[in-house]
Amino acid sequence: MSNIHVEARQVVVPGQILATGMDHLPGDNTFRREEEIVAKRLGTVGTDGRVIKVTPLNGPYFPRVGDKIIGKVYDILMSGWRINTGSVYPAMLPVRDASNKFVKSENLRNLLDIGDFCVVKITKVSSQNMVDVGMRDPELHRLEGGRVIKINCNKVPRVIGKMGSMIGLIKKQTNADITVGQNGLVWIRADTPENEYRAENAIKIVNEHAHQSGLTEKVEAYLNGVQ
Amino acid sequence: MAYNKRLDGRKTKELREMEARSGVIPNADGSAYFRVGNTVVYVAVYGPRPAPRFLANPTKGILRFHYNMMPFSGYGSRIRPGHKRRSQEIGKVMTGALEPVVDLSKYPNTIVDVFVELPQTDAGTRCAAISASSIALADAGIPMTDMVASVAVGQVDGTVVADLTYNEEAYDAIVSDIPVAVIHGSKEISLLQMDGEIKKEDLITALDMAVEVTEEIHCLQVEALTKRFMVQ
Repeated sequence: MSNIHVEARQVVVPGQILATGMDHLPGDNTFRREEEIVAKRLGTVGTDGRVIKVTPLNGPYFPRVGDKIIGKVYDILMSGWRINTGSVYPAMLPVRDASNKFVKSENLRNLLDIGDFCVVKITKVSSQNMVDVGMRDPELHRLEGGRVIKINCNKVPRVIGKMGSMIGLIKKQTNADITVGQNGLVWIRADTPENEYRAENAIKIVNEHAHQSGLTEKVEAYLNGVQ
Repeated sequence: MAYNKRLDGRKTKELREMEARSGVIPNADGSAYFRVGNTVVYVAVYGPRPAPRFLANPTKGILRFHYNMMPFSGYGSRIRPGHKRRSQEIGKVMTGALEPVVDLSKYPNTIVDVFVELPQTDAGTRCAAISASSIALADAGIPMTDMVASVAVGQVDGTVVADLTYNEEAYDAIVSDIPVAVIHGSKEISLLQMDGEIKKEDLITALDMAVEVTEEIHCLQVEALTKRFMVQ
């Protein structure tokens, strides 16, 4: 007979026993120690069928294949760019994955210059965490204008909301284009500086209060209050 | 004369008044404040970040501690700032105390830096620093298999006591000071050092006492980490 010792969405610390018995399986950020399932990171507990997982509240971004991230170009090589992913591991963007056109190696700066931000997708992560990214899909491109802010990457799902509800609300109320990278970088560009500032603050509110309920009301109240 | 009554009136197993908070340094990836009696410690965690080439380990990340007592932290006489053998040693033993629980296998070629600063000290600094570092590392979202709590136990003139103050360490009799770090779940000891002399039986009693009283520190650590995220 197995027992769960914690409630759903309870905050747990590393080493805390989440369940005993073999009926459950350890999910993300947990591990099995003999009969017990134990938390490995500070976070909130969730269950998915028989799987018990911990959603972290804090911590670094870890690159995963398929993630759409916002990166910053920090070096140009012979046949590509080196991109800061916001995690400890930098990424490589080869020129053949960046554009459909032929680009000469001396003209790489015309496509992406040092200091440019771009939306890229992670295509490969090696065992030593060497990251490859691509920029050939239509939604992936260089970012022009606007501003880039950094939020906690673990709060990204809350910023996006269920089926994109939260980000949809902010976009609608502020007339802004917003791209949220899985690595916690958010790009905002609005028609006026005031709207851009409102969108930025709304996202920061979500970032700060992500673990609380009634978040949509809070953001709505802010967006309606400051016009 | 036997040491029947402790200098500050505590019971033998009683710890000094403690206080702990997490997330006190916004710039850091994780941080903690921990106070036990007059010993105050701040810990800031930065990382994982790229390790310097000569240190980088391609199989796992490295944990590194920087321990420092501030110049004004002692009892009046200025502590010369800078690199010292003592702080280097304490940094080393702290790494040993926390390495068994910190799992950096997913972060090859990186380093996690833990900076420990003590603005005020009254014995038990490495123990307070280990307890605080455990909070700060968890706060930084570093994968850990368990928490570590630490306390000094020892013997003052034949009486086994927990959490010695400076005055007790300097008591004019045979004294021993044994910093112990205990891994909460398994009750394994990850740090054990000793100054002074102690009888075999007393040492066993003292270690049992350490395991027992670190439970109290662990509760405080959990509270410091979870309180911040409680829904108001």
